[in-house]
Amino acid sequence: MSGYLLSLAIWIPILAGLIVLATGSDRNAPLARMLSLAGAVLGLLVTIPLWTGFDYATSAMQFVELKPWIPRFNINYHLGVDGISMLFVILNAFITVVVVLAGWQVIEQKVAQYNAGFLIMSGLMNGIFTSLDGMLFYVFFEASLIPLYLIIGIWGGPNRVYAAFKFFLYTLAGSLLFLIAQLYLFINSGGSFAILDWHQLPIPMGAQIWIFLAFLVAFAVKVPMWPVHTWLPDAHVEAPTGGSIVLAAIALKLGAYGFLRFSLPITPDASHQLAGLVIALSLIAVVYIGFVALVQTDMKKLVAYSSVAHMGFVTLGFFMFNAMGVEGALVQMISHGFVSGAMFFCIGVMYDRVHSRQIADYGGVVDKMPKFAAFFMLFAMANAGLPATSGFVGEFMVILGAVKYNFWVAFFAASTMVVGAAYTLWMYKRVIFGKISNHHVEEMEDINSREFLILALLAAGTLYMGVHPLPFSEVMHASVNELLRHVAVTKIQ
Amino acid sequence: MTLSEMNFALPDLAPAAAEIFLLTMACAILVLDVFLKDARRTVTFVLTMLTLAGSFFITFVGSSAEITYTFSNMFVDDLMGDFLKLLLYATVFVVIMYARGYMLERAPQAKGEFYTLTLFATLGMMVMISANHFLTVYLGLELLSLSLYAMVALNRDSVQATEAAMKYFVLGALASGLLLYGMSMIYGATGTLEITGVAERLQLGAANKTVLSLGLVFLVAGIAFKLGVVPFHMWIPDVYHGAPTAVTLFIGSAPKLAAFAIVIRMLVNGLIVLAQDWQQMLILLSVLSMGIGNLAAIAQTNLKRMLAYSTISHMGFMLLGLVTGVVGGDARYALNAYSSSMFYVVTYVLTSAGTFGMILLMARSGFEADQLDDFKGLNKRSPWFAGIMMMLMFSMAGVPFFVGFFAKFSVLQAVVASGQIWLAIVAVIFSLIGAFYYLRVVKLMYFDQPSDPSPIEAAFDVKVLMSANGLAVAVLGIFPQALMSLCAYTLLRSL
Repeated sequence: MSGYLLSLAIWIPILAGLIVLATGSDRNAPLARMLSLAGAVLGLLVTIPLWTGFDYATSAMQFVELKPWIPRFNINYHLGVDGISMLFVILNAFITVVVVLAGWQVIEQKVAQYNAGFLIMSGLMNGIFTSLDGMLFYVFFEASLIPLYLIIGIWGGPNRVYAAFKFFLYTLAGSLLFLIAQLYLFINSGGSFAILDWHQLPIPMGAQIWIFLAFLVAFAVKVPMWPVHTWLPDAHVEAPTGGSIVLAAIALKLGAYGFLRFSLPITPDASHQLAGLVIALSLIAVVYIGFVALVQTDMKKLVAYSSVAHMGFVTLGFFMFNAMGVEGALVQMISHGFVSGAMFFCIGVMYDRVHSRQIADYGGVVDKMPKFAAFFMLFAMANAGLPATSGFVGEFMVILGAVKYNFWVAFFAASTMVVGAAYTLWMYKRVIFGKISNHHVEEMEDINSREFLILALLAAGTLYMGVHPLPFSEVMHASVNELLRHVAVTKIQ
Repeated sequence: MTLSEMNFALPDLAPAAAEIFLLTMACAILVLDVFLKDARRTVTFVLTMLTLAGSFFITFVGSSAEITYTFSNMFVDDLMGDFLKLLLYATVFVVIMYARGYMLERAPQAKGEFYTLTLFATLGMMVMISANHFLTVYLGLELLSLSLYAMVALNRDSVQATEAAMKYFVLGALASGLLLYGMSMIYGATGTLEITGVAERLQLGAANKTVLSLGLVFLVAGIAFKLGVVPFHMWIPDVYHGAPTAVTLFIGSAPKLAAFAIVIRMLVNGLIVLAQDWQQMLILLSVLSMGIGNLAAIAQTNLKRMLAYSTISHMGFMLLGLVTGVVGGDARYALNAYSSSMFYVVTYVLTSAGTFGMILLMARSGFEADQLDDFKGLNKRSPWFAGIMMMLMFSMAGVPFFVGFFAKFSVLQAVVASGQIWLAIVAVIFSLIGAFYYLRVVKLMYFDQPSDPSPIEAAFDVKVLMSANGLAVAVLGIFPQALMSLCAYTLLRSL
């Protein structure tokens, strides 16, 4: 069994998705829901041995599976995880359970297709995090666009068609140049698609720059970095709650993960050369997008912009080339998975009751939903980076890393502590406190046990990571150090 | 002079056994059909299918890795030819299955003609595939084209179809003229029309370069017309749109295999020495086709017309593989390049047959289902067929895990291997533009409400075949290795 754990993590959700799809029409909706939950939970269970059986001491790939897939082009079904990717597989499986639960009562139309979409996407995203073959990675990377395109387009808000197209075409545009860069590497490595071979491949500086830029376009769109972030607020606003959760918690991590797996180790010299560019873009995301978030009137848009700002922190951490920065960025990614997922779920909870995402339509929610307000408070604080929540750990580590790197970078990065608190807490204040603003709020009921369960799960994750972050950074240690050692060596011959 | 003095030797007929069988059967069916009552017309259908199955059997049994020439070297039987013919029979088989119900209803005055014309067109394509002589190519091409002109006009009461047939005929005749003119110049330059002979003379370097170049230009123009690539694409949208959908299905699928074969026969087998020259022409045709095809497809509201422009762009993409075979006089990449094109054509035919088949599946009496809006809300009416159509569309757009992705992948890797990275970038940019209109079909099916909620009426066998066709696109997308290797292997044995 343990030899196939990663395959199970990929194919159990996909298979479950297909089975759910086979339940057909909405007459079987309860069955579809139960099957989806079973599939999601099973998918989560098979990822747990990844953590318990993980060897902390090595930076090598673990749980490796290697089988020929398309021998004609030397493409292999090559899976494996290291300290960088392992946590994302578990996070992804966990978020899938949350998403299935989140849509339990809310989604009433085409239940089977909805749940199947998320399960299949979950499997595909596990494929992205575990692929050690460039083409396998790419295939999962592209295929994961399809379910999210459908989810946004079918169950989304009024402007869903525009958002779905924008999401699909933006991300496709980025990844096509990535494909050409991969083909270039394939030809020049003497016909290998193995990512680990590419790590060792010497590449002249000129080519490194082009490859780096091709990677940058693909991953920057996915992250998303300023100025190619504009698809994200649209997609988030129009997506159903589950779609927003997956988008924020997992899909945004794919681009950042790509930087660590492709950009830094394959083109280290170009990465050093162009680090200034990435850092500048990241700081713009942190500071400027922070202010953009401040003026939003739509809660989902606000959290979407806050995601862009938080992801700016992640890319900033990567390109300072010190362990503190990279590990901080990774912790930030996991933390953001919990926190942004929870924020979108909270907004979804209110939306289900009032059918509005406008901040102005709320006020005094705490009087009607005290339990909910308490949870929301926790996640808002975590989003603002309050110590003892997971949000603090990553941000603090990145800022520490930045101080080592350059004072002014650290200075601007640290401004997020202020701006982030401002936009999150100001929104919280306007929505939750004050007088009950209208009869819609008057009629709101507090969270039911299903919603309580979801929020409690996410809150447990957020607090645990905030209070005791050591296990998370321990997992990454060996792999991150190896990566940094590798990146420090030039590949120009 | 007596017969014995003429030294008349009967040529070896075995390599052409399938052609002979199909011709005999087609003639027999033609005669038999005259005596059949309308109610017994099924006999024609069954016989046609049996003919295809029989040809399949003969070709399959007779296939070998050896290259055999016959009819004074005018005809060649090699593995590539056998493989393409097998695919051709299968395609025609599927086409007739899809088309049958539609033709029964739409063109009642055309009795068995649809079947016999299809068989003659198939014979033409077989001759094209096995041609080792420029005139054999021409003969096959004309047999195919004349059958197609008649098929487009099969529904004689339709003004649109008649107009399309006229356009097709006039432009097709012009293209045939160009092709013949080019051939005559090649004859003038080399003194032979036998393809392998032309290659030998060119290797010796004895040919007149100016005449040869002019001949090549006309030849490429003629081929470009038959493939339907810009700027020789004008007939494609009108014919695809005007012809009965069942005929469009036929034109849009099987002939691409034969067209690919004659490109390989004439340009690669015959004129490989001139590769530097024709590759430059094909690059231009390819980029223009991808550009104009993809951009014009966006503006279409008629699905058949949209698919016509999509065909133009796909043929442009396929040509990319052919322009990367010879780099600076070095033919090291030739096999990789040409087999990638072959894989592209084969998968395109599979996808295209499925897509037009879907239009036929949705059509019913008095309703064509050829407008984009007719696909609105298909997910509500039939989630299964909406799913199949979605797979076909994503495959055409080149999104994994569907076979269209690996088709694009294999061509792109050939392009990158030949060092023309800019060409690969141009190709992916146009693919991105193309993705838009395929996505729009998915959008109509999934995001919109149906304007007509009635369920799909189609025969059970057609539904099964359609499902198999769609699933093949997915299965080949997950396991493309076998087909890829087969394309490479058959080409290796034939070049």
